[in-house]
Order: sequence, then structure tokens, then C-alpha cells
Amino acid sequence: MPAPQQVYFFATCLIDLLYPAAGLAGMQLLRREGVEVIFPADQTCCGQPAFNSGYRDEALEVARAQLRCFPRDIPVVVPSGSCGGMIRQHWPELFAGQPDEPTALAVAARTYELTEFLVDVLQISLRDLGEPLKVAIHTSCSARREMGVADRIESLVSQLDKVEVMTQQRKAECCGFGGTFAVKQADVSGAMVQDKTDALRATAAQCVISQDCGCLMNIGGAFEKQGGGPQTRHVAEFLWERTAGDAP
Amino acid sequence: MNQTQAFHRRIDAALHDDQLRRNFRSALTGIQAKRETQFPDDRQLQALREQARMVRANALVKQPELLEQLEARLTGNGIQVHWAETPQQANTIIGDILRAAGARSVVKGKSMVSEETELNHYLEQLGVEVIESDLGEFIIQLAQEPPSHIVAPAIHKNRREVAELFHRFYPDIPYTEDIDQLTQSARLILREKFAAADAGISGVNFAVAETGTLCLVENEGNGRLSTTAPRLHIAITGVEKVVEKLSDVPPLLEILTKSATGQPITTYFNMISRPRQPGELDGPEAVHLVLLDNGRSRIRVDEELLDTLRCIRCGTCINYCPVYVQLGGHAYGTVYPGPIGIALEPQRIGIDKVGTLTSACTMCGACGEVCPVKIPLPKLINRLRAEAVNEQRTTTPLLGRGSLRKPGEATIWKLWQQLYAHPRLYRLFTLAATRLRWLTPRKLGGWTRYRSAPRPAPRSLRELAIREGFGHG
Repeated sequence: MPAPQQVYFFATCLIDLLYPAAGLAGMQLLRREGVEVIFPADQTCCGQPAFNSGYRDEALEVARAQLRCFPRDIPVVVPSGSCGGMIRQHWPELFAGQPDEPTALAVAARTYELTEFLVDVLQISLRDLGEPLKVAIHTSCSARREMGVADRIESLVSQLDKVEVMTQQRKAECCGFGGTFAVKQADVSGAMVQDKTDALRATAAQCVISQDCGCLMNIGGAFEKQGGGPQTRHVAEFLWERTAGDAP
Repeated sequence: MNQTQAFHRRIDAALHDDQLRRNFRSALTGIQAKRETQFPDDRQLQALREQARMVRANALVKQPELLEQLEARLTGNGIQVHWAETPQQANTIIGDILRAAGARSVVKGKSMVSEETELNHYLEQLGVEVIESDLGEFIIQLAQEPPSHIVAPAIHKNRREVAELFHRFYPDIPYTEDIDQLTQSARLILREKFAAADAGISGVNFAVAETGTLCLVENEGNGRLSTTAPRLHIAITGVEKVVEKLSDVPPLLEILTKSATGQPITTYFNMISRPRQPGELDGPEAVHLVLLDNGRSRIRVDEELLDTLRCIRCGTCINYCPVYVQLGGHAYGTVYPGPIGIALEPQRIGIDKVGTLTSACTMCGACGEVCPVKIPLPKLINRLRAEAVNEQRTTTPLLGRGSLRKPGEATIWKLWQQLYAHPRLYRLFTLAATRLRWLTPRKLGGWTRYRSAPRPAPRSLRELAIREGFGHG
């Protein structure tokens, strides 16, 4: 696919309200590559929280409200493996048999996770302007297994020559977020994030980066509760910070 | 106490048992590493998974004909076939066979289906002595506990705990924590039982319709002894274990042993085709097969849920589940724990009985990634969550659909829908949440027991995007 001139940016509800800096950095990275980034004003949420809780009718109505945000045949870029996975993998199931199924399928087919788009479509090259830094990469389960894009974040970070990537034990294991799981099974989730933060802390990384803000909210929130730990950053924000001012 | 409260009580007990959690973490880390050495080439693994999936899927599609063929072939071979719809029926059939043969003592090979029927308990009530001959099963029979894992039933016990158990029940044997010596002791105890038992009971891994062959996969030789030393052998299995052809077995066997225990092949693989023939020196005089339905037919009619029945009981989904490793198997409170248990048990027993198990899943997808027959476990668990809170969407014959719908929760999701399906309302909400962020609660139930509370940013991304000159399209 030749680099498109325009893309839609689907920010996700978590980023819109809690981590807007991550979303903005993602949009700036795209813009710096010469892509016009459109932020549809009426976007809200992909429907995943209700879908994963069994409330499919409610999920469908919310997902349906997003369809009119992406009318033109240009890519939809999502700074989250989890929400990207919802659109690409689960919208087809959710919309099956509905009158707007073809529209949903079309949007699903042109949806990309952000790092996937940066690597596969834009073939971005990055110049590291930051200080030497040790980072650990937490690939979200949905980026790894639903979207199959765990290696994209690795390849982007590998372009930063002053960043050393530390590898935590049991890297592929879930951090315990799981959306409403963290509330419904709070104690199991707490045990899981304890194991995850222990493993990350043991690497002596100064910063933990991820493609998903859900994981970061979990891991970062746990570090804070435990009295401190590595910083947590969404990959977009991290890349933007390391390369800011770098002309394409 | 309802099922959710009971589940949380078991979870609480498991999470507070540090030794138990260390045992599981250490055992599962080992099993994962062993499995991974068997699959150095991912492309070969994926090809084998697809082959195994097709064998199982084909068998399920043709199941009614294959079961008829299986019965005809087995009967022709001299093996008597019995059909049981419920666990009670299966137990009665087995009890009657034993009574008719005058059998008072039984050695058992490992069988999860016999756990479904609580066969040991039933036989003991009839006055039959039952001894488990699989080492793990032998250990938990001493401890009077159910299996905590479908392949490694005593995985929750470390060597010290096993040593203490042996010492308690067999005080004449010198105390040791040496695994080889413990195994040797069990071997000596069991040898006498094999020699003296009136009957052997086993499970079945694959029942081949084409030839009427019962395949039994094992490592300890106890399966072979249980099925050949006593004069009577009774096998029990689920109806879904039937496969079409003998040539279907090799790919299933290969992926089963490599996935389950990280072995290229198990030490023993038994193919049982008939009772002892005239002139033969060993083998049972009579062989019976009990085929149990126990809810499987109900699962089979649903195109999506049908995939659950592809399972070959390797336990790999369990070994990779990040929730199971924290809790162990007993916390689930069902015969089958872990991802396959979450998917299977509510279908087998009823959502109204054990549907709350579906909450013990982060949807991480690790189970689906390793399943040797490609069961889409997260998808099935998600479907069951939907069935649990809404009985209107499908007409599938599952028990207890809609039984976990709680009015408060349903109202929250309706409100959520109103908010997120109406952009103007949503904008008003984000405006309020960002401007009034200082009002964000600092305690958010279980979330803030382990983490700080998230806080809305001062400005939403939508506002920042406008400020930075990004268009709305």
C-alpha cells in the first residue's frame, strides 16, 4: 500500500479522557510523516467494555455510532492494540446480520494499530535525540495475539540508538488488566499486576512503554500505589519525546 | 451463598496460600518450557494444529454416524458398549457390571470423565475398594482432594507435601523427599493392587470408529496394567472422544503429548481392540466401554459452541493461563479448571450453576494461541458471558441463560450506552470530567486496593486536537 495522504485517527475513550498526550503524540508522528490526520469529532468508544462484559446489544449501539465517523475509504489508525483488535476482529462478529454489517466490515478492514501503521505503511525512520535510557516494552495481549503487532513496537524502539531495551521475565504474560476483569476479579487482577510490576522493576528499566493505555493504567497505577517504579509511557508519546524537533 | 460468593471465597483462599501459588508458578513455568522445546518451528506447529483441528472438527460433524460405527465395530470385536446420558446412569452401569462379575476391588487409570460422574465415591458406597494407580491421582486420593489439573492432578503439591502424605499413610516406609524413592514406594504399593484387583477402570483418549479401537495415552504403565492385569476392564469416556479413522490418531497423539507434557511421545500408548482371546496369556476376559453424554449433545447443536468439544484434554490452555497460575485448579470448584473449564463447565452444568467462572478471564488469548486443536477459547468465554446476561439474543439450549443478569449492572451498561452512543452527551461528559477532575474519587472499589485511581486530563484529546490544528474531516 502506498503511503496515504489522509488518515482518520480513532483516539479511544481511554486516551481521549485520561491520556490525551499519548493520542496527540500519535497524531503528531503521523503528521510529521506528511499524512493529514483527521480527528472525527463524533468519535467516542469502540464498544469493547460492554462487549467483553456480555452486553452485546449495548456494545453494538456504541460501535454503530462510530461508523459514521469514518465515511471515506482511508485508513483508520488506532493508538491501541486492544481497541484496534475490537474493531478488526470483533466488529465483524458484533455486526453479523445487521443492516450496517458491510460498513462495519469495510471499516474493520482498513483499521490499523498505530505502530503497525508507522512500520508497515509509512516505513517511518526515527532519529533518537534523547539521553541514554533503559526501557522495558510491555506488549499488550491484544497487540500480541489479536493484532499480531507485538514486533512493531520492538522494531520502532530498535531505531532509537540511545535506548537500551531490557527484557522482563514472562514478557508475554497478561498484566491482569482485562477491562472489567480488574473490577470483577479485583484480587486476582491485583495479584497479576503485582507479578508484572515485580518483573518490570527487576529489569532496572527507567521507563515502561506499551501500545495500550489500558495496560499502562494498570501497571503505572500499581507502581504508584507501591510507592514508585519506572515511568510509564504510551509508545507514541515516548517516540515523539525522543524524536521531537526531528525534521522528516 | 450464591455461586459468585462461593467462587470469590475459594479465590480468596487460593490467593492467600503463598505455598500453593509458588507450587503452581514453578510447575507451570517448567511445563511451558518443556512444551516450547517440542515446537522449535512455528510453521510446523501451525500446520500440525490445523491438521489436528480438522481431524477433531470432522469427527464432531460426523459424530452420530461415527458413534454407531464405533459401537458396531467394538461389539464385533467383543467389547460391550453402554450408553449413559447422565453421570448417575454411567455409575449405575459400572456398578452393575462390577456386581455381575463379583468384582470387589478396582484399580483405576486416570479418567477425567470418571471425575464428572464422581465414580470413586459411588463405588465406595457400594462397598467396592477403588485405588487410583496414576501417581498423581494416587497422591490426591490419599489427600482426599479432587484433581487440580486435568493432566497433572497433584500439581498443586510439592515434594515435601507428598513426602509427608506418604509418611502419614504408610508410616512403615522411611520418610524421604527423594522423588525417585517416593515413586518407588508408590510402585511397590500399587504392584500388589494390580495383581489382586478384580477389575480395572480407565479412560479413553481416542476411540477409533473405523476399527473399534480404544486408545489410551499414559506415562507410567499403570494404564496398561489397569487394563490388562485384572480379569475385567471397564473404560469410560465422553461421546465426543470418537474419531473417524486410525490414520486420524497420529497427528492427534503427536500434538497431544508435545503440548501436554513436552514429550515427543509418551512412554506408553495402548490400543485396546478386544478382550483376551483363546490361547492368549494375558488381558481381561471382558471389556466394556461406557459412553457418557452428560450435556455434550446440548453443546453440539450450537455451531459456535460446538468447538468446545474439539478438546483433547491436553491441559495446555491451563498451563498458559495467567489466572490459573495465580489460583490453581481447586479455586474453580469444577471438574475442569482453567480456560477449558470456564468454557466447558457452564455449558455442561449450567450457567446458573457455574456461569460465574467466566469472570475469571482477562481475554488475554494465551489459551487460544496454544490450543493444539485451535479452540477459540476467548471467543467461547465471551459468548458465554453474553448468554449469562441476556437470554434474548440466541435460542441455544444452554441451561441457565440470562441467570447472571443483575438489574444494577444492566442499568449501568444502558447508561454507558446512552453516553457513548450520543456524541453530544459524551462531549458534555468529557467537558465536565476534565474541568471537574479534582472531584475524581480517590477510591474506586477493588481497583484502588492495588493501584492509584486514574484521573481525567485537564483537557480531552478532542480539545487538544482542535488546538493543534487537526481537522474534523
